[in-house]
Amino acid sequence: MHLSFAAACGLTLLVPMASADESASANADMSPLIFPPLIFADGSGLPPGSGNAREGTGLYQTQCARCHGRNGEGGRALELVGDRETLISAWPDRGIGVSWPYAPPLFDYIRRAMPPDSPYSLSVDDTYSIVARVLELNALVDADTTVDAAFLSSLVMPNNNGFKQAIE
Amino acid sequence: MTEPASSGNSGIQQSCDEQASDERADGKQLGRRRALTILGAGGLLVSGSAGRTVSAATNASGPRSWREAGGGFSNYGTPSDDSRIIRWISAEPSSPGTGASWTPLHELEGSITPNGLHFERHHGGVPAIDADRWELRVDGAVRQVVHLDLDSLRQRPMHARFAFIECGGNSSSLWREQAVQAPAGWLHGLVSSGEWAGVPLFDLLEEAGLGSDAGWLIATGLDAAGVTVSLALDTLPADTMIALYRNGEPLRVEHGWPARLLVPGHEGICNVKWLGRLTVADRPAMSRFDTVSYTDLGRDGIATRFSRVMGVKSVITLPAVGDQLAVGLVAITGLAWSGAGRISRVEISVDGGNTWDDASLDGEPLDRTFIRFRFSWNRSRATPVMMQSRAHDDAGRVQPTRAALLGTHGPNHHYHYNAVLTLGIEADGRVVNVHA
Repeated sequence: MHLSFAAACGLTLLVPMASADESASANADMSPLIFPPLIFADGSGLPPGSGNAREGTGLYQTQCARCHGRNGEGGRALELVGDRETLISAWPDRGIGVSWPYAPPLFDYIRRAMPPDSPYSLSVDDTYSIVARVLELNALVDADTTVDAAFLSSLVMPNNNGFKQAIE
Repeated sequence: MTEPASSGNSGIQQSCDEQASDERADGKQLGRRRALTILGAGGLLVSGSAGRTVSAATNASGPRSWREAGGGFSNYGTPSDDSRIIRWISAEPSSPGTGASWTPLHELEGSITPNGLHFERHHGGVPAIDADRWELRVDGAVRQVVHLDLDSLRQRPMHARFAFIECGGNSSSLWREQAVQAPAGWLHGLVSSGEWAGVPLFDLLEEAGLGSDAGWLIATGLDAAGVTVSLALDTLPADTMIALYRNGEPLRVEHGWPARLLVPGHEGICNVKWLGRLTVADRPAMSRFDTVSYTDLGRDGIATRFSRVMGVKSVITLPAVGDQLAVGLVAITGLAWSGAGRISRVEISVDGGNTWDDASLDGEPLDRTFIRFRFSWNRSRATPVMMQSRAHDDAGRVQPTRAALLGTHGPNHHYHYNAVLTLGIEADGRVVNVHA
């Protein structure tokens, strides 16, 4: 419908969204016109910055462990580590290696929603470090692997092929 | 003429209320709905026939409320004693704004869910939005970025329609082997229906001008969970809207005020609340809400994404678990809806699905909206039966059996449970949930 409608209007001009820079979004002014770039599965929109699991270990303990367990085994909140083999069992595990098909949205969600009592409070580098730590818990990176936009964009998640689409 | 006969009417109404409140103490023993039935009957018996002595000599007889000046006005109105009809809240203790509240389907009548009882599912609590500074932004693969504040949205041409919203995870406990003993609302109450008014989405997209590779619309909420949902543009109904009102009043804070997306027939998560941004793109974002949740795990361990349209479904709201039926006429009623169109037929079985009879519908079903159905069943003997309802829609879909649904999807699907539901009526009349 929209395509015929777009064609009828003769609209072919493609203009990228006006980019809101990261420093502006840090402004306490919550003007909703200021959004960080939308983050896509291919990593577009990920901000500059980096971290690693070694730096993320302490952050994970203070920010995440009380709900997700010291080693991601779960607790008041879902486990972050699971076994993909259980996906065909009566009680499938959850976990980052089990249920996240792409890594960049993991950065997006942790940054905006975690921890629940203080969302959108982690710095970009701290977020990258926490992402690195939870990937390390899933044996997907080493302690010193630099995790940044380029790394997350190229990381193939274990359950990447675990999805099909109802629509294309 | 300036004072239509309101004072006289309210006097009669109050006397009815008082009569009812006298009876209600007894009614509680019978269950709330029976108390209300008595309330209805009691209203006809005000003039002293309920065992009171009527004296012509004094004004001591008659309803007490005749001798008291009535209360004043209120600006917004006051729920009756039945305000104890409330939602059940299942929130996560560590994160009180995250969880769900359930519409008490088994305590409501008609086909419209009141605004205060619409179900809620929040992923990061209810945000505080400053409407004076709020704007909706339409960006991405568009000719021009559009941003509209609430006043300018309200001044645009609007459209109103009835629609249900159902959480994709409604009835999810039914995927499990054990039948849970709870009345309809506490198992199936992540669905509500009413009238929505707002600005047609495609009017805004036309103004923004879709780029040639525009295929997806990515909606972002302003809540703390960063809810972000990718919607394929060519699957969005033409009547998708930026909803600003529900049941006549501005959206409630919990329902996405000042504006939410309304995608009639699509699962709840698509109807993004506290809408802040609509981004047109050539691909989905594959956000957490597109992948980790709201995807349906099959028996092969493969999860299906973007299964948005809700199935055809019906729920018997009365009788409800916890009721005890006498022998005699039983008034069966419930709600039916479909994400693909209008309900065309609802059938009732009281023999576990062997034979079916048509229920009556309360008027003409509306597209992607609740319709109430009714059936009078003569429970002639105190024997156990299995009671079911089965809905059909005008897209040709029929509510599947539980065996068929589980056979297709396996036990871990979690979302989109729409199989025929079964109430067991035991020999002593007790009503229980069973799997059949």
